[in-house]
Amino acid sequence: MAEYLAQFINADWQWIVYVGVALVSCVLLLALVATAAAAFTWAERKVSARIQDRLGPTRRGGRFGWLQSPADGLKLICKEDIIPAGADRILFRLAPYISFCASFCVFLALPFADNWVALRLNTAVFFMLAVAGLEVFGTILGGYASGAKWSLYGAMREAAQVVSYEIPLGLCVLVPVMIAGTMDLVEIGGQQAGWFFHWNLFHDPFTFVTFWIFITCAMAGTNRLPFDLAEAESELVAGFLTEYSGFRWSIFFMAEYASMFALCGLGAILFLGGWNGPVPIGQWLVLLAPESGLLHDATVQFANLLGMCNFIFKCVAGVIFMMWVRWTLPRMRIDQVMTTCLKYCVPLASAMFLGAMLWTFAASVVVNARTEPPPSPPSTTAVAPRCYALQKTAREAEHGEEGNDGAGTRTSDEKGGRRQ
Amino acid sequence: MSIEETTPRQTEFPPSTEFDVATDELLVNMGPQHPSTHGVLRLVLRTDGEVITEVTPHIGYLHRCAEKVGENLTPRQWIPYTDRLDYISSMNMNLGWALTVEKLLDYELPEKARHVRVIVAELNRIASHLIAACCYGLDLGSFTPYMWAFREREKIMNLFEEVCGARLTYSYITVGGVTADLPPGWLERCETFLQELDPCIAELHALLTSNAIFIRRTANIGVLSPEMAVSYGCTGPVLRGSGVDWDLRRDGEPRYTQMYDGYKFEVITETDGSYPQDEDYPPVPSAAVLGDNWHRFYVRMLEVVQSMKLVRQGMEKYRQTSDSIGKPVGIKQKLPAGEAYLETEAPKGQMGFMIVSDGKPVPWRVRVRSSSFCNLSVLPELCRGVLIADIPAVVGSLDIVLGEIDR
Repeated sequence: MAEYLAQFINADWQWIVYVGVALVSCVLLLALVATAAAAFTWAERKVSARIQDRLGPTRRGGRFGWLQSPADGLKLICKEDIIPAGADRILFRLAPYISFCASFCVFLALPFADNWVALRLNTAVFFMLAVAGLEVFGTILGGYASGAKWSLYGAMREAAQVVSYEIPLGLCVLVPVMIAGTMDLVEIGGQQAGWFFHWNLFHDPFTFVTFWIFITCAMAGTNRLPFDLAEAESELVAGFLTEYSGFRWSIFFMAEYASMFALCGLGAILFLGGWNGPVPIGQWLVLLAPESGLLHDATVQFANLLGMCNFIFKCVAGVIFMMWVRWTLPRMRIDQVMTTCLKYCVPLASAMFLGAMLWTFAASVVVNARTEPPPSPPSTTAVAPRCYALQKTAREAEHGEEGNDGAGTRTSDEKGGRRQ
Repeated sequence: MSIEETTPRQTEFPPSTEFDVATDELLVNMGPQHPSTHGVLRLVLRTDGEVITEVTPHIGYLHRCAEKVGENLTPRQWIPYTDRLDYISSMNMNLGWALTVEKLLDYELPEKARHVRVIVAELNRIASHLIAACCYGLDLGSFTPYMWAFREREKIMNLFEEVCGARLTYSYITVGGVTADLPPGWLERCETFLQELDPCIAELHALLTSNAIFIRRTANIGVLSPEMAVSYGCTGPVLRGSGVDWDLRRDGEPRYTQMYDGYKFEVITETDGSYPQDEDYPPVPSAAVLGDNWHRFYVRMLEVVQSMKLVRQGMEKYRQTSDSIGKPVGIKQKLPAGEAYLETEAPKGQMGFMIVSDGKPVPWRVRVRSSSFCNLSVLPELCRGVLIADIPAVVGSLDIVLGEIDR
């Protein structure tokens, strides 16, 4: 988009176009994230109410109370700004914004449809996990800077929990990355085009189990029950959030809902096909459209729009699933949380990674054995396997050692990537 | 276990928790305002990281001089004050006080009044245990059973509102009987409520009793040995959860046990490794140790079922009696000189009421022996070496209410 506009402008001023497009992208994403957070607070109240055999907000904005979230937001903005006397004033003010910026920046690399992404990175998965890990800084700072022992407890628990759960989260994420052979989320999503059995979820039983471990680690990483002891209401009043009120509290909560949305989005692309639906409606539309021209482009983008709606639907379903679990289960203690991470999630995720790798290798060997023409010199390049490790071996065998040094250093010129 | 062995820290009285904190320990205040201390209870925790080394409860934030007021009011006038002791099970408080004064007056209660008292007392036991069990879930982070239990409790409160006009502090059971008869149709509504309660109990079992996370949070924590329970004066589900077979409705004074004459019910405690009539409910998990939080919780859940049986029997007996509901004694009835003390089995334990009279209508001294006071006294023993997150779990399993601790 930026290049398309830039070609109309004198070379000296092209940077304005780039900055402008970046700003527009940021504003769009911010609008999406903020609206999603507001919608999720409404959804949380409605879902929790229905689970608890009551109705939830029904007065603001008609029967469904959808204006309750903006009303609450307005109230929170108008609240008195209280900073405890013992708090570190600068850090106390800074902490919510660190959390929110980290949560928001994750969306920069999250594609909503084919090539509909603010920043197309070939290390998108790595970028998302790394930036999402910064969110815990805001929590720790907030808890420490509040100047209260209860907040400190919450912050310390949070530090241990979130940082520990990034390990199994990364291991779970490695499985679809290995299957896809790339960290580019647009490609990972594109490889799952078609019917639902093309989804990574159904690729092999190990990936299926990995998805559920991923959901567990995502809940732990975003402090959702049963892992919400950092903000445990019944023990720590509100944990690290105890001294926060008004707008700062709402920023923390927007950060939490934003990161829930982002992690569900990551899970949707990695495991559930992203914008590719259970039924390949987008592909059928494009087949019906003329071969080229404006109508073709319009149909492709319309199919992308449907894909984006599909993707957002999956994200919302994932978030509602997290809410469902929250209002059903009790809370775990910090030592039980750490036990679950270190003794259950990490070994399970590692085993699933190993299993998926062996499965993919075995599958590629079987495929090779079936399609390989009779007697020919043994070659691993007869059918390019989906596993990146074998691709790498194949490439080295063909081109010799050319200084390839791994997946993370492809330059941005290689936009095509290596597809199967 | 002697009391010296169970209290190793023999510091001077009161223990100076606040003044000799080591440098690597943190002194944290779980203040009177806290979502999970079941009232205005202040717990001062001495912690090493997350591990508790000492807990000191501070009470008195709800002290309202009820016993002193009792020296200025006649017994029937003092009944509303008994409501506000254990405000969650007011009927049982009214009952204990009324029985004590009737003991002093040597009053003979009509049959119908006896059955009405059993019905409302056991209904209130159901309400109290529902709160105890599901606020316990709330303390552990499980919000939904709390809402469902309160839905059922609303029905009980509606029934009580029909009977006496109040939802929480009833002042219904009075010295001499009850203040009013049951309204027409009340028994049918009560039966409807009991039928709706059964599936709710099953749901609560599914969400709490057999939930793996709940078991991990409660099993083998706060283990109270029977000897320590008896030595600290713990009663009620706290005592029965440790395996001691003691219930005042069966083992108490004749004036109290004759109220349950002809009623069949089981005392819920683990004998020979199993609970009475628990075949329909989740089994005892292998991680649970007798006397831990889980067992106290389980005793309360099973006692709800026993109370339902008692209410049904009470309603049946009420229909068959054509007696009167008793006539409340005069408001300025002269009390005979002497003293009377009676303990009853309230939902939270044994509540004792004492009245000392010197011949005037107004007693000379009124004293309440609070079950939660003694149950709370064992808290420092149970909380050695647990994590901070276990404090609400242990406090919740003791099921204290500050109204009767502070009076």
